[in-house]
Amino acid sequence: MPPGVDPPEAEPAPALRCVDVRRSFRIGKRVVVALDGINVEARRGGVTGLIGPDAAGKTTLMRLAAGLLLPDSGRIEVLGIDVARDPLAVQARVGYMPQHFGLYEDLSVRENLDLYADLQGVAPAERPARYAELLHMTGLGPFTGRMAGRLSGGMKQKLGLACTLVQPPELLLLDEPTVGVDPVSRRELWQIIDHLTRGLRTTVLFSTAYLDEAERCDTVLLLHEGKLLGSGPPREISGAMEGRSFHAVASLGRRQLQERLASLPWVMDAVIQSGGVRVVTATRTAPDPASVWPPVPDLRFTPVPARFEDGFVARLNDTMGRTAPSSPASAEGGLRAALPPPAQDGEVIVVEHLTRRFGDFTAVDDISFGVRRGEIFGLLGANGAGKSTTFRMLCGLLPPTSGRLRVAGFDLRTAAAPVRGRIGYMAQKFSLYGDLSVAQNLRFFASAYRLRGARRAERIAWASEEFELAPMQDATARDLPLGFKQRLALACALMHEPEILFLDEPTSGVDPLGRREFWRRINGLAELGVTVLVTTHFMEEAEYCDRLAIMAQGRVLSAGTPEAIKATARTASRPDPTMEDAFIAVIEAADNRGLAA
Amino acid sequence: MNQVAFRRLRGLLRKEFLQIWRDPSALAIAFLLPAVLLLIFGYGVSLDARNVPLALVVQRPGALAASFTSAFARSPYFRPRAFLDIQQAERAMQAREVKGVVWLPSDFARRAEHGGNSPIGVIVNGVDANDARLIEGYVQQVWATWLTAEARAQGQASPTPLSAQPRVRFNPAVSSRNYLVPGLIAVIMTLTGALLTALVIAREWERGTMEALMVTRVAMREILLAKLVPYFLLGMGGMAASVAMAVLLFGVPLVGAWWVLAGASALFMLAALGMGLLISSFARNQFVAGQIAIIVTFLPAFLLSGFVFDIGSMPRVVQWITHVVAARYFVAILQSVFLAGDVWSVILPNALALAVMAVLFLGLARAVFHRRLD
Repeated sequence: MPPGVDPPEAEPAPALRCVDVRRSFRIGKRVVVALDGINVEARRGGVTGLIGPDAAGKTTLMRLAAGLLLPDSGRIEVLGIDVARDPLAVQARVGYMPQHFGLYEDLSVRENLDLYADLQGVAPAERPARYAELLHMTGLGPFTGRMAGRLSGGMKQKLGLACTLVQPPELLLLDEPTVGVDPVSRRELWQIIDHLTRGLRTTVLFSTAYLDEAERCDTVLLLHEGKLLGSGPPREISGAMEGRSFHAVASLGRRQLQERLASLPWVMDAVIQSGGVRVVTATRTAPDPASVWPPVPDLRFTPVPARFEDGFVARLNDTMGRTAPSSPASAEGGLRAALPPPAQDGEVIVVEHLTRRFGDFTAVDDISFGVRRGEIFGLLGANGAGKSTTFRMLCGLLPPTSGRLRVAGFDLRTAAAPVRGRIGYMAQKFSLYGDLSVAQNLRFFASAYRLRGARRAERIAWASEEFELAPMQDATARDLPLGFKQRLALACALMHEPEILFLDEPTSGVDPLGRREFWRRINGLAELGVTVLVTTHFMEEAEYCDRLAIMAQGRVLSAGTPEAIKATARTASRPDPTMEDAFIAVIEAADNRGLAA
Repeated sequence: MNQVAFRRLRGLLRKEFLQIWRDPSALAIAFLLPAVLLLIFGYGVSLDARNVPLALVVQRPGALAASFTSAFARSPYFRPRAFLDIQQAERAMQAREVKGVVWLPSDFARRAEHGGNSPIGVIVNGVDANDARLIEGYVQQVWATWLTAEARAQGQASPTPLSAQPRVRFNPAVSSRNYLVPGLIAVIMTLTGALLTALVIAREWERGTMEALMVTRVAMREILLAKLVPYFLLGMGGMAASVAMAVLLFGVPLVGAWWVLAGASALFMLAALGMGLLISSFARNQFVAGQIAIIVTFLPAFLLSGFVFDIGSMPRVVQWITHVVAARYFVAILQSVFLAGDVWSVILPNALALAVMAVLFLGLARAVFHRRLD
């Protein structure tokens, strides 16, 4: 199939055009609507971002565009070609990188490139030059002999990209290429994308759940639960929010301040950031410190530029109807009023020189940190940084290879059982019983934590009220929306009133409103003295923590308060670094040390 | 095939061989598993009765009784234990210490000396029906031999007026190993053919590589061909190793020509690979693919191919079902080629059936595999 040539006088056909595209899937007996009547056009050139949380329909749209799925109804055109009618013609002109990059893990970098060059019909004579260019662009030159399975997440992502680019496509489809990848690799991927779109006039369709990436796209399509919430340049979406974003500071604790501000009618959004609270007003009016009740004497608001996420939250609020935020902290009556005194003064979790090896692979490499009671402590890092392994050791699920671990005053090597009764654990994957109803799950976990009789009934009643699960009582857990699943999982983890709560990537894939609601609950628990350990790869969520540790390759590269960590990245040209800037600075510093050593 | 298409196919084939070489699981399924199965069946499982523990109850010892018991002691089939009364012997049978009881009544010698007709009692444990029938037959044989010998010693004519002279053809040693091992090869081939193919394609689905392949310029037939060729060779390699083991280690005779064996195996391998491809078109993870492959290919090959259980003695409905089990035709060919030689009246119709099944499964696989995820 020769590449299509558009008549010179005509406007080239759009990269992607969807006309009333619908697609549903049958999962067991249920029918899930992945895309519900999408009408959209993405022009040629530049990066079009497909932005939305999990289950928004991003992957389905990508697969439809790649000709891997047929729509139930409607029409989808790529580069002017009807995909359903002529998928081969489309596939000859697009490059597609699926989630997890589509690499053969037991083939080397070079062998993966060779395979895709063979499959894409790259003539052998062209290959040396093409490979040299791709290896240079991705920085994989020194690793051509390494098995793809032994590459880091960021390198896999770049190899996947190189394989799809081995024959330069007109349209590049990238399905969540940055999920769980460290920020340095993420930044490098964006540099490659810029080079492709600016230098080589490639059109890129890029899907992501990270809202901060939207600002790097030329156009965005906002998807939520199979519907298009909006489209246009990202500045247009955040522009509507201009003049409504403020940074609030007061001598009050950040979490109390956030709680107080979030309950005000004129506040649309309030999240913790940079030692204060970032507030978005519901209308374009200046915030009125006097309306805050109970009053906060030294409350000050400074205007800050709007960001993309503000616009997304506003649109979500419009479509879903704004729900008044419940204030979990005050309603947390069921939790232990007086927690038992911590064994050591202050620190309830002590980790010293903790190491875990699997064969010749060191997953956790000599890490040390301490967590104080009532603190929210974050572990920030990419996939494979060692966060989950650390968690499993802290919960007594995995014995450490060496090092010391004390949780709630007990040494986990000798006394794992008493510790388990005092901790709650929420696993990364949905780990409740999908076939049981909400009520059955609650009952089961209450019994599993050995609650009996009146106590059990009381805790179940508390959980269903506190987490607003009552309306979903009889729904099968598997069928719940993601946000509800998260809530139910948290309710089950709190059933036995643990004094320490472990949350392993609790909010990944959840939409911004769901994430905010979840964090409000976490804040409420921390205010009551529950110690919370949380892992995340959302940079902004790191700001919600009291202290955090940045992890990479099994090591803690930096630890401290979010402000202190950000301060290390402060330079003359960058007076107000973001958490991502700080993360990148920390990793680069570690790499330099590694080179020096 | 033009040069670009040829390069695509060559690239895929190279990838497949590299994966087979680097991931030991495929080689293990192709070579280790057959070896283990052959060793278990070759050494462990035997449908012959040898050294069967047997209780001999002699209520009144005497010269005649001694001669009778020594006939049992000499037999390779039995390991007799003497008991004095029948109750004790029956208790031993209940405790599974002996598998049968032969009982000489107290008037055995007297009746033998008079009319020559002296009955003996035989009790066998019917829990294991197969063993029970064998033991019964062997006891009768020993008894008949002894009677004839006794009669000859006393200068009388044989007391049994008529005796059958069984002559076993094609498996003169009547060793169950000789027909189990060739049949087992069919089961092993099913395993390497269907299971391996289904698993490796499911792995491509799981890791998302199939999705990536589909959006390249590769044609579906090229993907299928690139799976067929390596696993065909791997399966035939496993087959050759199994035959070598059968002949060299277990001494199973290979009467027929090796090329007939190779040809029939190739046909069967194609049918098995076709089944594997078909399974992998809808089973998208390795666990499900493995389960389905075992249930729809391995178990039928084991139970319904006539490899252990005779098809002729199955209920009619089950017999009818066996016609869709490809292994059935292959087992018939294998048993013929190994033990009887190239009996064309057996080989040709069965080979034709295999060819039909190969074409059917491969054609179906080609028809259901398309470049979409749904």
